[in-house]
Amino acid sequence: MKMPRFSRKTLCIPYAVFLVFFVIVPMLVILFYAFTDKNMHISFQNFIRFFSDPTKLSTIVYSLVIALITTVVCLVIAYPVAYILARSKMKKKFVILMLFVLPMWINFVLRVNALRELFNLLSGLEGLEGLGSANYFKTVFGMVYDFLPFMILPLYTTMLKIDKSLYEASADLGANAFTTFMRVTVPLSIPGIMSGVTMVFLPSMTNYVVSDMLGNAKVTIIGKFIYEYFGTDWHMGSMVALVLLIVVFISTWLSGGFKSEENVRGTTI
Amino acid sequence: MNRKSLLSGCLKAAFVGLVLLILYAPILLLAIYSFDKTDMIGRFEGFSLSHYAALFSDSKVLGMIGNTFLLAFVAALLSTLLGTIGALGMFYCKKRIKGAIHAVSQIPVINAEIVTALALAITFVAVGFGKSYFTLIIGHMVICTPFVVLSVMPKLKQMDNSLYEAALDLGASPFKALRKVVLPQIIPGVISGFMLAVTLSLDDYIVTVYTRPTGFETISTYVFNATMKGNAHTAATLSSFWALTTIIFLVIVLFVVISNLAGIRRKGAKK
Repeated sequence: MKMPRFSRKTLCIPYAVFLVFFVIVPMLVILFYAFTDKNMHISFQNFIRFFSDPTKLSTIVYSLVIALITTVVCLVIAYPVAYILARSKMKKKFVILMLFVLPMWINFVLRVNALRELFNLLSGLEGLEGLGSANYFKTVFGMVYDFLPFMILPLYTTMLKIDKSLYEASADLGANAFTTFMRVTVPLSIPGIMSGVTMVFLPSMTNYVVSDMLGNAKVTIIGKFIYEYFGTDWHMGSMVALVLLIVVFISTWLSGGFKSEENVRGTTI
Repeated sequence: MNRKSLLSGCLKAAFVGLVLLILYAPILLLAIYSFDKTDMIGRFEGFSLSHYAALFSDSKVLGMIGNTFLLAFVAALLSTLLGTIGALGMFYCKKRIKGAIHAVSQIPVINAEIVTALALAITFVAVGFGKSYFTLIIGHMVICTPFVVLSVMPKLKQMDNSLYEAALDLGASPFKALRKVVLPQIIPGVISGFMLAVTLSLDDYIVTVYTRPTGFETISTYVFNATMKGNAHTAATLSSFWALTTIIFLVIVLFVVISNLAGIRRKGAKK
């Protein structure tokens, strides 16, 4: 009796099955719930209700603005940091990079709690009383604080890959430092910018933990809706989730498909 | 070095230093007040290790810490197993199948965590699974496994494929060849995948909340609820988590220092 020859391809079966059951099926379930009513009849009512409610729409706009500001601030801080580290001749620059990543080992809820305590302390100081009620500022600050590593890492990895001789060539051809930066560094770091932006933008639209803890529960973002609907109305919750899912697919598609090379967390360790 | 480049060097160092200072300021604040007598931040009332004592004696707190770390370990272990085997299989599959699996595998990576969590929770309840340790572990595996695959894949690509063929020619069974030849070459990717999975699981809040069985508390779920409620009882527990934050922070610092020293020694040995 001859055993059928073992094929290495069959090793992908367990993972494929896992993905079908726990990634694809749940997405289909959400799709189903989003377009059914309480009696499980097909209905577009959730869709209409969601998009005709002015408070929902204004929350979406708020969320987008918060996410946009967070992303821009992260980029403005992370870009110079990544650039300085990537171009530094220091031997220990990897250790400094680690210092930006390692706070992630402390659960983000604990870190945001720490930030909340810091804000409480600061708002007790003279001249800073306004901080106590600056809910939107604190929310954005907290999001930047939490998501900054996700922006620094992909930028650093892409910048490190830039061929050093390009800088020299640029200088030889008479470009000054600024021109070199604008015409060599920036264009070549665009993949890093893209993956950093996608990694920051989406969580800052949905991570309601940060906005709840720092915004005195006065700041509502889209993620909070899903949380609230989970207790009351799965159909509406699924509709909100579906909207977010579509946003994800569009933004991934715009930023050049499912690329994983510059993936942030992938380069963490 | 001329004066201009010295100045720009100082400016660069100052900028990076300032960003790091802001990142670590809240953690340092907690670290200082974790040695304070009271549960309040603001005035230092006197040095005391009471928060540390509470951390190691309160069974509720210890239970939550145990839950958090055990969950991270089990989820990471299973994710690493599933992800490594999956990556191996995908690597040898036809391009189209590989591409399809890879695309689906990327969904939890790019998706908002709350969407993943909600979808899983609704599915589990709708199917009649309810919520149990099983669903909790599955939830964590969904967010961790794709990252294991992502960290094993590059190692497979770097691998010399003819070694596997050679092992088969020399009479090794396919399984033995995988274990003895392929696995040692991809093990760095497997280890970093495992570490990554632990980090992701430890840092998680949202998936845990949606898939956990009732009564199961991790550090993050407790701290969030306690912060939002904010009464005297939770303040005492929260302050013992300051002590925990400080300990994790010290472990991190130690890790950086040791890996730094190890790097120096390795370089010295090479010379």
